[in-house]
Amino acid sequence: MNYLLKGGRVINPAEQFDGLMDVLIEEGKIAKIGKKITAKDAKVMDMTGLVITPGLIDMHVHLRDPGLEAKEDMASGTRAAAAGGFTTIACMPNTKPIVDSSIVVEGILRRAAVEGLVHVAVIGSVSKGESGKELAEIGDMILSGAVAISDDGIYINQANLLKTGMEYTSMFDRIFITHAEEKSLVEEGVMHEGKISAKLGLKGRPSIAEDIAVARNIMLAEYTDTRLHIAHVSSRESVELIRQAKARGVKVTAEATPHHLALTDEAVLTFSTAAKVCPPLRSAEHVQAVRQGLLDGTIDAIATDHAPHAFEEKDCEYNDAPNGFAGLETALGVVLTELYHTKLMSLMDIVNKMSVAPAQLLNLKAGVLKVGASADITIINPELSWTVDSTGFYTKGKSTPFEGRKLIGKAVGTFVGGRLMMEQGNVLSE
Amino acid sequence: MIKTPVSLRRKNILDLASLSKEEIESILITAKEMKNVINRDIKKVPTLRGKSVVNLFFEPSTRTRTSFELAGKYLGADVVNITTSSSSVVKGESLRDTLMTVEAMGVDVIVMRHKAEGAALFATQCVSPVIINAGDGAHAHPTQGLLDLFTMKQHYDSLSGLKVVIVGDITHSRVARSNIAGLAKFGADVHLAGPKTLIPKDAESLGVTVHYNVEEALKDADVVNVLRIQLERQKSGLFPSPREYARIFGMNSKRLALAKPGALLLHPGPMNRGLEISPDIAYSDQSMIAGQVQNGLAVRMALLFLVTLGGKNIELLA
Repeated sequence: MNYLLKGGRVINPAEQFDGLMDVLIEEGKIAKIGKKITAKDAKVMDMTGLVITPGLIDMHVHLRDPGLEAKEDMASGTRAAAAGGFTTIACMPNTKPIVDSSIVVEGILRRAAVEGLVHVAVIGSVSKGESGKELAEIGDMILSGAVAISDDGIYINQANLLKTGMEYTSMFDRIFITHAEEKSLVEEGVMHEGKISAKLGLKGRPSIAEDIAVARNIMLAEYTDTRLHIAHVSSRESVELIRQAKARGVKVTAEATPHHLALTDEAVLTFSTAAKVCPPLRSAEHVQAVRQGLLDGTIDAIATDHAPHAFEEKDCEYNDAPNGFAGLETALGVVLTELYHTKLMSLMDIVNKMSVAPAQLLNLKAGVLKVGASADITIINPELSWTVDSTGFYTKGKSTPFEGRKLIGKAVGTFVGGRLMMEQGNVLSE
Repeated sequence: MIKTPVSLRRKNILDLASLSKEEIESILITAKEMKNVINRDIKKVPTLRGKSVVNLFFEPSTRTRTSFELAGKYLGADVVNITTSSSSVVKGESLRDTLMTVEAMGVDVIVMRHKAEGAALFATQCVSPVIINAGDGAHAHPTQGLLDLFTMKQHYDSLSGLKVVIVGDITHSRVARSNIAGLAKFGADVHLAGPKTLIPKDAESLGVTVHYNVEEALKDADVVNVLRIQLERQKSGLFPSPREYARIFGMNSKRLALAKPGALLLHPGPMNRGLEISPDIAYSDQSMIAGQVQNGLAVRMALLFLVTLGGKNIELLA
């Protein structure tokens, strides 16, 4: 079906355009962008009060498929993405089996083509089985379509493997994503080390564990001339380390999550397993620094680290619960509430961090609104007030620290390749 | 008749931080009455007849479990002990399932000890019987905190301004956290002392003064609460050796003399004599350690009474 989006506020960071326009979608592509467009055989949609942006891209998602489908699968994960306004998601390699070979990369891409509602990009592992011992077939995976390389949640302890992995990856001009947390400092930790952990008696994960790892990884990236990307930055000092590295020309980029931008470790005060995440929610000074890093460009992108778990895995004592929670369906609302409605960021800047930057980091032909491009479009109602209710989530992982939180702003439409996949929060293709 | 200033305004006893000063006073006044019962020839009263208490202990314990068991029995309740050394998760049954099984048997009160911080709070979200926290990881041990307050109140008119020094492994101590929370309500001046590796980062945020020099901390102390060194923690190398700990941080008569004359010496037990406390002071006149045990029983009787019957003025003796 063709669609004519009438009278929406088009925000296109790639051209720094922000103005009222009509957008015509024909045969899956953007056919026209202009004023007073008319078209036969197109469904006309009134966009008054709505924002039309290039489709949002989440570069850090745990799709759990293959092997861990009880937590999430291709269908549920991509539906959650569509519901959250995302048109592309990049999935991390910690599946079963680990994405450490071209066969697994191709398998996920094949399944995505059949069952996925949004575009799925695959991130391959650095080491075989994410064991941190032996390089995976990085080149083979990239040739099969892997868009980045990472051992994701695993901290690569061996500096030698890290160096070799970076050197090898840099030949293919792909980003090398690292989880930065010095393992020996966080082994038994379950929350940020600070005032709240002192009060609760929970074992801490000190922020300096992240700082040390970020410093080491930056030094290795500088030495190997690698495109290093630091996942989910959460500490004040690591933001500063990245800032300094960028200033001296190191090819380092970074992402922050909505939860690290919005929540502090006080969310753990009730031992809520929904607030257990890695890296942990940190104190207000760290949250402030991460926000500042986002505003001044030190942090390039916003990514969810969507990490769904089955209900019973989170329904237990805090210490025993796995890290992570669902993020795809709350991300935009949290970011708009915390950064746009507080006047910290413009919609242009937010779309840049959630679409254009991830596209560029992953070398994707996306993040643009231009004639001839695939019609990957997100429609946003920035003023829509809603309350987070996980029972209505499309993801299988219902745990979220934002449960019951009132948010302002939401994706109300998602076009993927010209197909309307979500309208008013309802995913259309079941 | 027991007259309590206020009834308990809550159902569950999870920590001291969430109890008001008035509620704590109410518990301590009731505990005083309970001591009279303990000291009778025939201790059993029918106050809680027809009520059932389950001691659900996921961690080894002698004194707390026995204390709760006797507290329930002296008050006439039916008491059952369930002890499991392994975590419910390791056994394959979730904590929620275990609690629901106990609930299904119609119990009124579940006294729970668990290695995980927050486990007692989680239990309140799983089942409807009253939950009394008998220790959750390093978080809280409210009945120990209450019995320590009770012991101090036996000797001092007011806890306000009292200098209380807690010595030892603060990081892993639910006793320390409960003492700090309880003493804060009464305006005591709390000091922590021990090796830096055993005191949590940002401990000052708990409203205490931190010392790494025990002698300095002990000066003019009214109460010295010595914590047990958890030797199992020693594997992770938080201090070089028990010998070194005893030499630099161990409580002995020379160090205790730095406190005010007649200062109270407390220890939650079990003691590592020769390590955190020297044998000569463990049973000295200043030591309240044996008294703490009896006070613990009184406090637990008071709590069972208050949470089960709502703290109304109820005739204790029939």
